[in-house]
Amino acid sequence: MGKKLLIHNDKVAGISTLEVYRQHGGYASVEKALKTMSPADVVEEVKKSGLRGRGGAGFPTGMKWSFLAKPEGVERYLVCNADESEPGTFKDRYLMEKIPHALIEGMITSSYALGAKTSYIYIRGEYFYVARIVEKAIEEAYAAGYLGKNILGTNFSHDCYVQVGGGAYICGEETALLESLEGKRGNPRIKPPFPAIAGLYGCPTVVNNVETIAAVCPIINMGGDEYAKIGIGRSTGTKLISASGHINKPGVYEIELGLPVEEFIYSDEYCGGIINGRKMKAVVAGGSSVPILPAELILKTDKGEPRLMSYESLSEGGFVSGTMLGSGGFMVYDETTSIVKNLYTFARFYHHESCGQCSPCREGTGWMEKILHRIVEGYGKPSDIDLLWDIQRKIEGNTICPLGDAAAWPVASAIRHFRAEFEEYINHPERIKDVKHYYSVHQLAGA
Amino acid sequence: MPKVTIDGHSIEVPDGTTILQAARMIVDNKNYTGPNIAPPTMCYHSKLKTSGGYCRTCIVKVTKGSEKDPRPMPKPVASCRTTVMDGMEVVNTTSPEVLESRKAVVEFLLINHPLDCPICDQAGECHLQDLGYEHGLSKTRYDFPRRTFNQIDIGPYIKLHMTRCIMCFRCVKVADQITNNRYQGMLFRGDASEISTYIEKAIDNDFSGNVIDVCPVGALTDKTFRFKSRVWFTKPMDAHRNCTKCSGKVSVWLKGSDILRVTGRKDNWGEVQEWICNECRFEKKELKDWVIEKPTHIDRHSVISQNHYENLAQLKLDIGKQQKQISGKK
Repeated sequence: MGKKLLIHNDKVAGISTLEVYRQHGGYASVEKALKTMSPADVVEEVKKSGLRGRGGAGFPTGMKWSFLAKPEGVERYLVCNADESEPGTFKDRYLMEKIPHALIEGMITSSYALGAKTSYIYIRGEYFYVARIVEKAIEEAYAAGYLGKNILGTNFSHDCYVQVGGGAYICGEETALLESLEGKRGNPRIKPPFPAIAGLYGCPTVVNNVETIAAVCPIINMGGDEYAKIGIGRSTGTKLISASGHINKPGVYEIELGLPVEEFIYSDEYCGGIINGRKMKAVVAGGSSVPILPAELILKTDKGEPRLMSYESLSEGGFVSGTMLGSGGFMVYDETTSIVKNLYTFARFYHHESCGQCSPCREGTGWMEKILHRIVEGYGKPSDIDLLWDIQRKIEGNTICPLGDAAAWPVASAIRHFRAEFEEYINHPERIKDVKHYYSVHQLAGA
Repeated sequence: MPKVTIDGHSIEVPDGTTILQAARMIVDNKNYTGPNIAPPTMCYHSKLKTSGGYCRTCIVKVTKGSEKDPRPMPKPVASCRTTVMDGMEVVNTTSPEVLESRKAVVEFLLINHPLDCPICDQAGECHLQDLGYEHGLSKTRYDFPRRTFNQIDIGPYIKLHMTRCIMCFRCVKVADQITNNRYQGMLFRGDASEISTYIEKAIDNDFSGNVIDVCPVGALTDKTFRFKSRVWFTKPMDAHRNCTKCSGKVSVWLKGSDILRVTGRKDNWGEVQEWICNECRFEKKELKDWVIEKPTHIDRHSVISQNHYENLAQLKLDIGKQQKQISGKK
């Protein structure tokens, strides 16, 4: 049984209320930080803990906090990125829905560390009911004196607001989120300047994922050094994984980083194996943007070492034979899955969500979707595979924000690892409707 | 003053200069005789704040970040929005990767462009035409129907062909920065997005005509000039008049003794030097309204600079030289 720090109380009745949450040790980190520690101490503890951003990029949180500019007389803001839109990821929703106070507690402690008088929680539009739950939790926190003026009798005052987004994937990109929060169209800004220098309303701002902020509470409670002992190497602590797809027990699991992937998929404690005893074909390990990996590469790296659930191990081998931990959207595909159709779904998503600001992503995502649509409908041309490869290569790295890369990586990896299946679609369109054809292609690919 | 090296040419520039501006400074220098190392631009405009960064045609590679931090930047950067650091080294035309990325951007810009140059008023002075000629493929790989929009009238003088638009946002920035109220902006998302006015509301202010000058393609055209003449059959002349609203310094485009259109004066990068008012642009179309100064110097667009006096003079010189060479050989 792995260690759980974030959602160990998720089954307790009434944990979403402040009273029950406090009975189970809630708000201890606020009391400890505000009464016994200076803001710099809190930042130091987070640095020591080695906590890395849980939103996808995995940037060390302590370092991000220390980059925050602190000019005199200028407001600083903490913004929580709860615009969880990555297909396959639903961990933040689970956390906010079950234990909203874990987020509020983290917001207060983090804001104290950063010296932010105001913080915002930006929740995606589709999570309107979650926004109500979080708003209710904020009201309770105000009533109990954890928010508002002179929290717990100290000099620290803080206000926290919930803002519901309009439901755009692009608003999960931090600068687009800030634009949207300011009331503008959610287009990513051109960086530099980074939000740590000029963010919300031109003031220094830190944008963190829900899970990152919630993880600050256990770090303060147990101490940064103690937290750093959990996990493996530079991947410290625990991580929420949203497991979905052809597995027996889909859901949100908290794992210690460093858990073998094989154990995560097949052990009864977690995913419980592939549904109906079928064979696994492929896994997308961190939300739809990260490269898809065939079964043999997700279980073992190309050096033959077992792959672990950690930032380093999953990205071993680069994009040739590796992937990324990303936001933890773990999607498992069994042998009956068509990778081409799956890729078409992803491409359609990125086409729909491209903001339209910069040319490679605006035009390229639509082009890729049209080509994939042609292939899945059985009208593909032999040159289409190379054309797709060329388009994705030209989108990647040439765009303002990472959405361009996110749209390009799934295409690249699907072609790299499952080229035979694309060829099957193009050369034998008459077999497309036959489900068994995926089995044969699976063997064709040498998996 | 930071010192930056672009394609092997060094220059010292003031703080806050972007890579693109530094490259232009190198090329503008009178002693400079090398190739044009300034990256092409579609969305950057020197007179508009916060413009640039969208089209990605000006991407370059930074091979050395600065003296302090010599690491190269991992991705190609938009030169119009990246400020130089001391000791920075940049490759533009000397890097095959950059040229390939630029080629890709041009292809992306063109896949949904109608390529209706034969009936487009911008032809001959179109930045996309130049860019496509320089960096584009000769054949398209895009075999799907192109995106189309209906034409929109923006006020009595301006026509918007959204189909031709490449989303440079220059017109939006003009409306933001030189006029009081902005009515146009971006609607929708991705490749369905369009620049439009709110419920096709007419733009009604004295400087709205400048959106025509900043448009790098034929998306915004002058309704008083549409289909009158190809630009290369007209002769641009610098002219001025006493105007109460603007400086009154313009280029008039003559055919015979008729003024077919009036535009702002453009610099050698194809960017407007001074904004002009709608009265000068749309209403003063008589020779008697203007004091003609001299022929406008244009060397940017090869097509419209044909048949111009100075070019003809140069041509005569060239022919003379050739004849001399031939006779010398005899």
